[in-house]
Amino acid sequence: MDILLQQILNGLVLGSVYALVALGYTMVYGILGLINFAHGEVVMIGAMIALAVMTLLTGTMVGVPPVVIVSLAIAAAIAVCMALAYAIERVAYRPLRNAPRLAPLITAIGMSILLQNVAMVIWGRQYKTFPQLFSTQPHTIAGATITDLQIVIIVVSAALMVGLLALVNFTRLGRAMRATSENKTIAGLMGVNVDKIISATFVIGAALGAVAGVLVAANYSIAHYSMGFMLGLKAFTAAVLGGIGNLGGAVLGGLLLGLIESIGAGYIGDVTGGFLGSHYQDVFAFLVLILVLVFRPTGIMGERVAERA
Amino acid sequence: MKLKSLQVFFRNAFVAVLGISLLSLLAACGESEETTSEDGEVLRVVRIGHVGPLTGPIAHLGKDNENGVKLALEEANAAGLVIGGKKTRFEMVSEDDEGNPQKGTVVAQKIVDADVAGVIGHLNSGTTIPASKIYFDAGIAQISPSATNVDYTKQGYKTAFRVMANDAQQGAVLGDFAVKKLNAKRIAVIDDRSAYGKGLADQFEIAAKAAGGEVITREFTDMTKTDFTAILTRIKGMSPELVFCGCLDSQTGPMMKQFRNLGLMAIFLSGDGSQTKQFLTLAGDSAEGAYASSPGVPLDKMPGGPAFTEKYKDTFKQEIQLYAPYAYDAANTLIAAIQQADSTDPEVYLPILANIQHEGVSGNVRFDEKGDIKGGSISLYKVADGEWEYIETVGGGS
Repeated sequence: MDILLQQILNGLVLGSVYALVALGYTMVYGILGLINFAHGEVVMIGAMIALAVMTLLTGTMVGVPPVVIVSLAIAAAIAVCMALAYAIERVAYRPLRNAPRLAPLITAIGMSILLQNVAMVIWGRQYKTFPQLFSTQPHTIAGATITDLQIVIIVVSAALMVGLLALVNFTRLGRAMRATSENKTIAGLMGVNVDKIISATFVIGAALGAVAGVLVAANYSIAHYSMGFMLGLKAFTAAVLGGIGNLGGAVLGGLLLGLIESIGAGYIGDVTGGFLGSHYQDVFAFLVLILVLVFRPTGIMGERVAERA
Repeated sequence: MKLKSLQVFFRNAFVAVLGISLLSLLAACGESEETTSEDGEVLRVVRIGHVGPLTGPIAHLGKDNENGVKLALEEANAAGLVIGGKKTRFEMVSEDDEGNPQKGTVVAQKIVDADVAGVIGHLNSGTTIPASKIYFDAGIAQISPSATNVDYTKQGYKTAFRVMANDAQQGAVLGDFAVKKLNAKRIAVIDDRSAYGKGLADQFEIAAKAAGGEVITREFTDMTKTDFTAILTRIKGMSPELVFCGCLDSQTGPMMKQFRNLGLMAIFLSGDGSQTKQFLTLAGDSAEGAYASSPGVPLDKMPGGPAFTEKYKDTFKQEIQLYAPYAYDAANTLIAAIQQADSTDPEVYLPILANIQHEGVSGNVRFDEKGDIKGGSISLYKVADGEWEYIETVGGGS
């Protein structure tokens, strides 16, 4: 029983991060119908910037409490990622907004490769060690263990998701975003500055991504120029699983994917009598995705949207 | 009378000179050529190839190997070896494979075309394996100082040798060590499904079982992952005494951390991919008490280690990086085979190389029927106070 509880906790930690990154994909898709493949790299840049700032500050500002340094590092990461996402949208997507849908998809993939290589040039090929932000002493709850950092990951992710839902549903900006998502042209005619709203969507998604990047790097104490790629792919999968374009769906998809992966890896061997092992972890996750899409092509919480003409 | 004898002498001398130059012309088409040294003695030049990454991220290791070969050849030249009745001078032809398998085959062909008698290299398994076919086709000996992938000598090429223990030998030592020295009976095995990780884990499992250990589970991950909590939790539920991982440091580092965070108190054991500084920095405090192995022995434990270190420093004015002693041994082994065969013709010296006994810096060099080093040594290390601490060396020596 404590093993199952532990696997659920593992899955929740993994899933919270997937959900946070998936929100960035789903927000952009909801408004533009575009899959922003560069989002995973924005997450990576967030981790790298936070690491660089932390290294710089611990070197120069001796005697400053670690909490201040960590906060400054996260703030810097968020700021840089927001600026980066704004620039990406302005340079790579806006000029192609009325082009066929394949064109911005290709520039998105190009952006992803470009950012990875720039990061490789700046920070090198080496795996970088991310500093320890919290005590690693694990707490034991009913036989399962969890560290301070993992608690922080779950709490911060949950808070950010609730904050985002509130922003979209109860503010003026949120209403403008929903309007743009429904119909850009009409929203524009109603006095919504569509360009500004789209930029805001990218920038908010990037801020969430930056936080996710810092959390992931801190959790595994590793940062690497390629870390965003696989994470981005998993988060994108989570967004599709939950129903792409739907914020609640992204959260649900992320948590589900995390749980499926961890419980899958933990029990496939036992269920199949050792015939299939933990290397089927990903196969299992994608099998669930395929099954969901076969029966609900729009994802778990997705709504049927009329095809654009 | 006097005049006539002088004429005869000149004629004879002319024929002799003509003969020698014709002979040397012929010889130039083979692996060696002749020149005349300053004191008028006839010298034969034999080329020895070296290939390693001389540019790129591990350029320092490639240069280190090259230095090892260079040192061996310089010493042989200073000793003035006589092969096939002629004083012989060795020359190195060094090429850069950039650690890239594709470039490796290109420079291998270039080395073959340069008429070398044998090749020392390459450094990486990834470049050594594809290049070995080219050397095999050309019929010249290849001795790798540092490629450890099992497949290199598995291809049945009679020209392929290595002076470092392979991953199978390492896995066998690790399995034995886990059961007999660390007294672990219940063992969990993880690998990253790569050629290196899977190969090492398979060999470990065989050896651990042979030594009386029980492999309670086999878990898998892949090289893109950094989250191992699910498989570690599963392993924890089986309460193992030891966990072995055939993975590289970029994975064992974070794994070690999650291992301790989950409250898993089993012994952690890994191979040479983790016996690195990077593992220590990535795992942080959690690394304490972890074990790992590495092929070969630490430099100061080698029979000729201290003397070689000094010689290397004197010659190159820098520290040994990593594999130079093995490159030095590989070159000297090749020279010894050529010397014993009294020929630079690979057809003549290859059977002798296969059965050679050479007292090297890193230990005794003898090859088995596949071309792997016999009784290659593996050293074991443990993390103590944030550093890798040497425990013991298994095999080799004698």
